Amino acid sequence: MAGIWNRLKEGMSRTRNNLGGRLRALFHGKEWDDNLWEELEEILYEADLGVDTIEYLTAALREAVRTRRPRHADDVMDLLREIMVDLFDVPSDPSLLDPQRPSIWLMVGVNGTGKTTTAGKFAALMKRQGYQVILGAADTFRAAAVEQLQEWGVRSGVEVVRQAPGADSAAVAYDTVQAAIARSKDLAIIDTAGRLHNKTNLMQELQKVVRVIQRERPQAPHQVWLVIDATTGQNGLAQAQVFLEAVKVTGIVLTKLDGTAKGGIALSIKRQLGLPIRFVGVGEKVEDLLPFDADSYVRAILGD
Amino acid sequence: MFDNLTEKLQATFKRMRSQGRLTADDVREGLRDVRFALLEADVNFKVVKEFLSQVEEEAVGQDVLDSLTPAQGVVRIVRDHLTTLMGGQVERIKMASNPPTVIYLVGLQGSGKTTTTAKLAKMLKQQGRQPLMVAADIYRPAAVDQLQALGQQIDVPVVFSPGLSPVQLAQEGWQKSRQLAKDVVLVDTAGRLHVDETLMTELVEMHEALPAHETLLVVDAMTGQDAVRVASAFKEKLPLTGVVLTKLDGDARGGAALSIRQVTGLPIKLVGSGEKVDALEPFQPDRMASRILGMGDVLTLIEKA
Ligand SMILES: Nc1nc2c(ncn2[C@@H]2O[C@H](COP(=O)(O)OP(=O)(O)OP(=O)(O)O)[C@@H](O)[C@H]2O)c(=O)[nH]1
Ligand SMILES: Nc1nc2c(ncn2[C@@H]2O[C@H](COP(=O)(O)OP(=O)(O)OP(=O)(O)O)[C@@H](O)[C@H]2O)c(=O)[nH]1
Ligand SMILES: [Mg+2]
Ligand SMILES: [Mg+2]
Repeated sequence: MAGIWNRLKEGMSRTRNNLGGRLRALFHGKEWDDNLWEELEEILYEADLGVDTIEYLTAALREAVRTRRPRHADDVMDLLREIMVDLFDVPSDPSLLDPQRPSIWLMVGVNGTGKTTTAGKFAALMKRQGYQVILGAADTFRAAAVEQLQEWGVRSGVEVVRQAPGADSAAVAYDTVQAAIARSKDLAIIDTAGRLHNKTNLMQELQKVVRVIQRERPQAPHQVWLVIDATTGQNGLAQAQVFLEAVKVTGIVLTKLDGTAKGGIALSIKRQLGLPIRFVGVGEKVEDLLPFDADSYVRAILGD
Repeated sequence: MFDNLTEKLQATFKRMRSQGRLTADDVREGLRDVRFALLEADVNFKVVKEFLSQVEEEAVGQDVLDSLTPAQGVVRIVRDHLTTLMGGQVERIKMASNPPTVIYLVGLQGSGKTTTTAKLAKMLKQQGRQPLMVAADIYRPAAVDQLQALGQQIDVPVVFSPGLSPVQLAQEGWQKSRQLAKDVVLVDTAGRLHVDETLMTELVEMHEALPAHETLLVVDAMTGQDAVRVASAFKEKLPLTGVVLTKLDGDARGGAALSIRQVTGLPIKLVGSGEKVDALEPFQPDRMASRILGMGDVLTLIEKA
């Protein structure tokens, strides 16, 4: 685990301009003085945390500075780290697989965030843990989306349920659930087409996929993963809100953290909607999916 | 038209006016509303700062102070400045005087390069050109299949040969354009991070093997603060000529457009407004300015209806 997060940290600090480095330079060894506020704010903005969350964080930090009176800027940074980690407030070891088998997972999100890739990574991850997994190619719309998932099936050694392009995505989802039951799988992961949350007809189509799954398994889907690209700015919040309302998202996967974007919008989503970040994507390879760890994440973005 | 920012500013000014006449300081204070609006629209923090210091002088001018509708006055000034900053006019794709014209599409993973390649091919075809597309993403699963499927939809040939490197594929694209008498070569490249040295070098080598007339950076309209860093890094390595802003059919305000334009000087040439192959439009600076300020994209909406 620690090694993997170090990799993330390395990835995130590849630029000289990274948040941690700048905060360190800002705080290190300095006596705390009020001029540092503006600069701190600027650094938080550049991490995409957004107006609301930054106001919340700086207010909480001001309060902590007032009551605990840190002498050194370094201590202020420790306070900020504490406040941020507290916001994530992740339940310890949340279990992934529902006792009911097969568990049904649904990948959702706007276009191009990494749903199909994450479905493939999930399949490999769960298979490595000894579970029987099946993938469902319910993105029947985008050109070669089925072939893409098929290739991930090969990479992870997992069977893919598919129909011809242009087929009804709900029908593919239904087939996948059926196949998972018939073949006694532990887990079915259903990929869906990217859709912008402001397109009502596409969101309704997604609700139909859920209804069809529930025809076979009323408790399903057991996990609905909203995949968010770490480069996403403030729109991430609207995405999360609408998907949450439409299909009861259970957790966030934050992808592309191997770039220079900090994915700060994820912190706002957690704070404002309560949706936990459960996994992060740090590359395009099968092993580039890590369980989210708040402490390591905050350390990675703020620097140790 | 629900005009959020103007309303907010009106409320702010009204609060201030209750203490008498609006002063220059009041307006300066009111610009905080504009600042938050721009930040919420994902305009880069530094760009916001610079921008506001530029409009401040005009915004606190007598005209605004004496006006009966100071909020509208301030918003109009802000919007006009935004429009000018974003280029003022529509920028076209440049065609080589000596064909084939070579156009590269580059950018981060998932930004919309492959889709835009096909959209652009279709647009050029409708303008009477004879395009051909090169599938130079040999890494992402089924990226070649994706471009081939799109090629079939729009009836444009796709160049690909298993085993060839992206550099060789670019050259192959040029060869094929001669053989098939095509006058535009569109090269779809793999998504890559601007910090990935190996893959960035690969793009440079492709440009050496087959020089570009246009190299378009494809940027997702939902991009946040990182847009500036990404665009600057791509521009440092490659002869970028413009930007395509995709997924504008979403509800992101698209402040990245302003940030990129301001920091790199690159014109935004086209916008993607849907997943289908005909959803590609010229960039309209005035509409984008209204959109960034949260004033809706009314004209576009009307055209769609
Ligand atoms: N660097 C990096 N790239 C990623 C990561 N996750 C996905 N990608 C890349 O992002 C691009 C889009 O990923 P997809 O899995 O196709 O995304 P999607 O959400 O399924 O896209 P649509 O189905 O078209 O909406 C691909 O090039 C992936 O290889 C990640 O964690 N890091
Ligand atoms: N709604 C909408 N979707 C778009 C637009 N442009 C592209 N997309 C979608 O965004 C997703 C990614 O598009 P691609 O063209 O595969 O992106 P790419 O940059 O080639 O991705 P990689 O090759 O994996 O890096 C797909 O689901 C596209 O359908 C647009 O303007 N609007
Ligand atoms: Mg997909
Ligand atoms: Mg592509």
